[in-house]
Parts: sequence; structure tokens; C-alpha cells
Amino acid sequence: MSVSITVGAYGIAFGAASVANGFSVLQSCALSLLTFSGASQFAVVGVLGAGGSAISGIATASLLGVRNGLYGLIMAPRLNVKGIKRVVAAQLTIDESTAVALGQESKGRSAMRQGFWLTGFGVFFFWNLFTLAGALGAQAMGDIRAWGLDSAVPAAFLGLVWPRLSSTRDRVLAIGCVIFALAMTPILPAGLPIIATAFIAIAVGLRA
Amino acid sequence: MNSLWIATIGTSAIAFILKYVGHNVPERFFAHPKVKAINALIPVALLSALVAVQTFTEKSKLMIDHRLAGVGIAIMALLLKAPFPIVVLSAAITSAAVYHWF
Repeated sequence: MSVSITVGAYGIAFGAASVANGFSVLQSCALSLLTFSGASQFAVVGVLGAGGSAISGIATASLLGVRNGLYGLIMAPRLNVKGIKRVVAAQLTIDESTAVALGQESKGRSAMRQGFWLTGFGVFFFWNLFTLAGALGAQAMGDIRAWGLDSAVPAAFLGLVWPRLSSTRDRVLAIGCVIFALAMTPILPAGLPIIATAFIAIAVGLRA
Repeated sequence: MNSLWIATIGTSAIAFILKYVGHNVPERFFAHPKVKAINALIPVALLSALVAVQTFTEKSKLMIDHRLAGVGIAIMALLLKAPFPIVVLSAAITSAAVYHWF
């Protein structure tokens, strides 16, 4: 239940952010149905909203989506499904479903599988429902600045990144990327200052 | 087809391919600790950059405006361990208030 409320809040924030950044309600809902990965969806609407090209939006979103591929590696042998079921399992492989499944692992294989499927379908349902609500709400607002939506978007990104800043290294990287992205904004085409920070992350990761 | 649809469909296609490939390759492929470390750091870098760009820029220009007030309140809410909806709502309310009154 608490997962559903949280997902609902993120879904509303995404739907609103998407429309605030120029996407239509239909495009916002398509992203939630087909991409179904919060950070990637926020990234693509954020990059295009900042004036970036489709390619830099797709690239930024895809770098964030690599994570789900790694979850797939972990989940595939545990779920052991084939054919169309594997296609559905892949689409439902996200932060929440993987985390719940691994959290249930000590209770045995069937509890783990149940955790994965229930969380995956539950999040899918609420994420899409609330994306539609957020997108329609933002569309009805008109001037997004008058409603503070232009601050709600970076605040939502901040809420996504905050739990990941657990070590000093993470915080230094975050501040470094903030400074780099701002310094490069007047120089590079829109979208590139964001995606270029991935290379800073790779450099830090290789040194570790 | 405009760039928004290209971005929507391209992002969705690659997102699914990444998920599906993950379910179909042997686990040892990406087990290297450096690959795992980089995978954990990339979201920190990209999301931090997105916060900065969405707060301080408008069409390739740096700018300080009502958005800084909103994001500043969001940081305070996060420091106070507020849940996500409170963080976003407090940012929106603050930002809208500053936008109206100044």
C-alpha cells in the first residue's frame, strides 16, 4: 500500500513534468506504458524540455535504463520463465519489483516470485493511472510557472537522486556534475551538458 | 514525426531492449565490480546534472529566479527527511508564491 501511494505521487509528478516540458498527454502516457522506468522517463522529458535533441534525450534515458538490464540478469534465473512470460517479466523489471523480490528471497522461491509479479503489476497499474492524472492536471493548469511546476520538476529529480547520495564519493560526484553541467550550458548544445556527466561517472567508477 | 514522438518511441524501444537483453544473457557478463560501480554512479551524475539544468538554466542561458527558492525548500524538506510528495509540493508552493509576489 505504501509502495502504491509513493508510486502514485511519482506518477503524478512525472505526468505533470512531462506536460510541463512540452510533451502531450498521449506521449506522457505512452512513455509510462512502454518505457515504464521512472528515472529514464523523467530524463527524456527533462532533456527535451531544456531544448535538447531527441537523440540526446534518448541517450540520457537509455544510460539510466542500463540499470534495469542488470536487474534482468539477477531476476532471469530466479523467475525462470520463457516466451511471452519472459517478455512481460522484462517489461516489469524495475527498481521496485527487483527490490521486493530480493527482499522476499529468504522466504523461498515462490514468495520471491510472487513479490516480483505483484509489485511489478501493481506499480505498472498505479504508475500509468497517475501519469494520466498528472498529465491531465498539468494540461489544465496553463501557465506552469504560476503553479510552481517549473520547480516541482527539478525537486522531483532531487527526490530521485537524494537516496543515492549515501557516500562522500557520491556527494562529491553530484556537486561536481552540477558545476560541470552549469558551466557547459552556455557552450554546448542543450542536452549534451547532462549526458556528458555520464563520462565523469565512468571515470570515477574506473578509479574506484 | 516530431522530435517528441521520436524521443518517446526511441526511449521506449531501447528501455525494453535493455530489460529484455538482461533477461537473456548469462549473469557473469556484467559481474565485474567496476561495471557495477559505474552503474551505480551514472544515475547520480545524470540526475544531479538534470537538477542543475532544470533549476538554473533557460534556453542555454544561466539564470537565477523563483525556481531556486522552490528547489531550496525541496533541499530543506529532504534534509528533514520529508516524503517525496511533501518535497515536490513544498517546492511548487514556494516557487509559485515567489513567482506571484516578486
